Amino acid sequence: MKHLLVSTVLVFGAATPGFAGKAFVTNERGNTITVVDTQTWEVTGEFFGGNRPRGITVSPDGTRLYVCASDDNLVRVFDTATYRELPSLPSGPDPELFVIEPSGKRLYIANEDDNLVTVTDTEDRTVLAEIPVGVEPEGMGISPDAKWVVNTSETTNMAHFISTEDYEIKHNVLVDQRPRFALYTADGTRLFVTSEIGGTVTVMDIDGQGKPTVAGKISFEVPGVLPEWLQPVGARVTQDGRRLFVALGPANRVAVVDVQSLEVTDYILVGQRVWQLAFTPDEKYLLTTNGNSNDITVIDVKREKALRSVPVGDQPWGVVVID
Amino acid sequence: MVRHVLHLVFPALCLWALTGVQAGALDVRAAVLRIDYQVRLPVSRFELLPADRGFAGATLANEDNSTTGGFLGHRYETVLRAVAPDGADAALEDILAEGIRFVVVIARADDLLRLSDRAAQSGALVFNAQAPDMALRDGDCRANLLHTATSLQQQADAILQFAVWKKWTRLVLISGSNPADIAMAGAYREAAAKFGATIVGERVFEYSGGTRRTDSGHVLVQRQLPAFMQDLPEHDVVIAADASDYFGPYLTYHLWTPRPVMGAAGLRPVQMHGGHEAYGATQLQNRFEAIAGRYMTDIDYNAWIALRALGEAVTRTGSAAPETVRGFLLSDQFELAGFKGHQVDFRDWNGQMRQEVILFDGRITVSVSPQDGFFHQTALQDTLGRDRAESACEMFN
Repeated sequence: MKHLLVSTVLVFGAATPGFAGKAFVTNERGNTITVVDTQTWEVTGEFFGGNRPRGITVSPDGTRLYVCASDDNLVRVFDTATYRELPSLPSGPDPELFVIEPSGKRLYIANEDDNLVTVTDTEDRTVLAEIPVGVEPEGMGISPDAKWVVNTSETTNMAHFISTEDYEIKHNVLVDQRPRFALYTADGTRLFVTSEIGGTVTVMDIDGQGKPTVAGKISFEVPGVLPEWLQPVGARVTQDGRRLFVALGPANRVAVVDVQSLEVTDYILVGQRVWQLAFTPDEKYLLTTNGNSNDITVIDVKREKALRSVPVGDQPWGVVVID
Repeated sequence: MVRHVLHLVFPALCLWALTGVQAGALDVRAAVLRIDYQVRLPVSRFELLPADRGFAGATLANEDNSTTGGFLGHRYETVLRAVAPDGADAALEDILAEGIRFVVVIARADDLLRLSDRAAQSGALVFNAQAPDMALRDGDCRANLLHTATSLQQQADAILQFAVWKKWTRLVLISGSNPADIAMAGAYREAAAKFGATIVGERVFEYSGGTRRTDSGHVLVQRQLPAFMQDLPEHDVVIAADASDYFGPYLTYHLWTPRPVMGAAGLRPVQMHGGHEAYGATQLQNRFEAIAGRYMTDIDYNAWIALRALGEAVTRTGSAAPETVRGFLLSDQFELAGFKGHQVDFRDWNGQMRQEVILFDGRITVSVSPQDGFFHQTALQDTLGRDRAESACEMFN
């Protein structure tokens, strides 16, 4: 009995707040947000996240959690320490994915049902602009200098480059079918756009003026998996810009891509219908949301190995991690 | 006669720099020609034909294409015409005289063929959004006729793959007696042979002229149908081949031996239905319902995807010339997201759209075929319908 007590205390000791980060996972069907301790990988909480919560991000200081509550037509805001709900932000109809600018002031939100990108001021809680884009806007990327926001439209099949100065589209690039996600490298010189039905990632070089040029395409091949099932959705690139991780949806794998050669170097088996990805802030781990197996997979980034899976809520969609 | 013109210009969006494709002003004009036949009322009034069937799907496609076209300087216009059978030829003449060279036809096979041949004389491309007949994809195929409607064989194969996946391989086939029913029954026999199921018993349901509206209808059905279904060999599934909807829906709960019904009732093969949400289809449904104020039907989906295919070809080629569009649609460069999980495209040997078939129980998507475990050397979707080697179509060589 005494032994047991001691070991319990030790386990607790390892999980002392201050060391442990938190992962927040939106559960699209469950209408909740699951909180996972990123040290122990235990679920430490679950709270109501709005109706059909999908895209999720945090304020740069890590205190506020922003959630696209798609069926509520607004962005719900939560305190990341107490999980108390704070006043919501206007988002336009059916918000799905969004990006927050590094200053934390403006949110750029894709309105999937309305062919719009809505710009919302997170402090005044007002809509600053509505930008008409292609049909079914979804993916949202922001350049590190915050001068450009890239939106992908799933039915129009374009990446729209929006200037954050005047909210005008300056460039459009056709990509493969159903573009889901847009992502800049940390130095802003490259952009990746995943195409779910096309089965590819379009890679663009970005020049000093922010103008894109298609540099190549990444495609995927897994022995024993039919090409139709290799559907790129979420993606994350390492801070040094060398390795790109791509979630392949119903192929239940995350591809590791060498950004220099655009070759896939590995496929990591994860849960079912892997959707979105997030690094822990120290980039030691990559978390994947697995919509059909209702769990997240923890990947060791250095070793490119899946470590464990953690059951979360009903149909996990998005994930964000704080220190 | 109904005549609408959709004339959508996307105002706020001017022509911006577009990488990769030559952007240039282009007018893309298409038409939907629908023949309204005198038909029996459906068994269920839930399935009364909406007055804007097909047109609402076309309207949505026109909007979708116009939004994309707004970035490229492409302007889309779609003319919608509904006519009685004897007005179809004149309506097509009008459409062609207006210079339109892309026509979605919602009609039966014989009318469709005649209209396609007339359209071919003017170099126009036709999309079949309704007729499932096999001959249109085989010996009677036409070089200028593409099919977004699934064929009878695609539909029957979709059902049989599911039954075989379930290991429900002993089938009873109940078919109607009119030619369309007989053709449908033929497709189920071919599907059973292809996937290793056995038809252990067959019965023909003779149409006796009853009406769905008699108050006593269900009373008689409840007494008569079980007797009709008596003394069949041991079976797992009942397949209903009822192309004209006069007995299928009654089968489900009026059998002698309780068994699932598939085909024209029970579990049905459809292109799309209003409850389908997987693969991002919720957004398609929302956009459609905002326009139509009702749920999407197969015909709407077929018209929508035909015009979306046209739009995609124009977007990628920068041309609205029928021969360029046709060439692109039949090439391996063409792919389109159809909200059924994978890309759709066209078979280059007979112009049939490759697509998944949704298995629908009236409320939800029960499954989507092709099923796991049915493999194909080139495209999974080619496990549904007659394959290249079996095709008698020679107009695409």
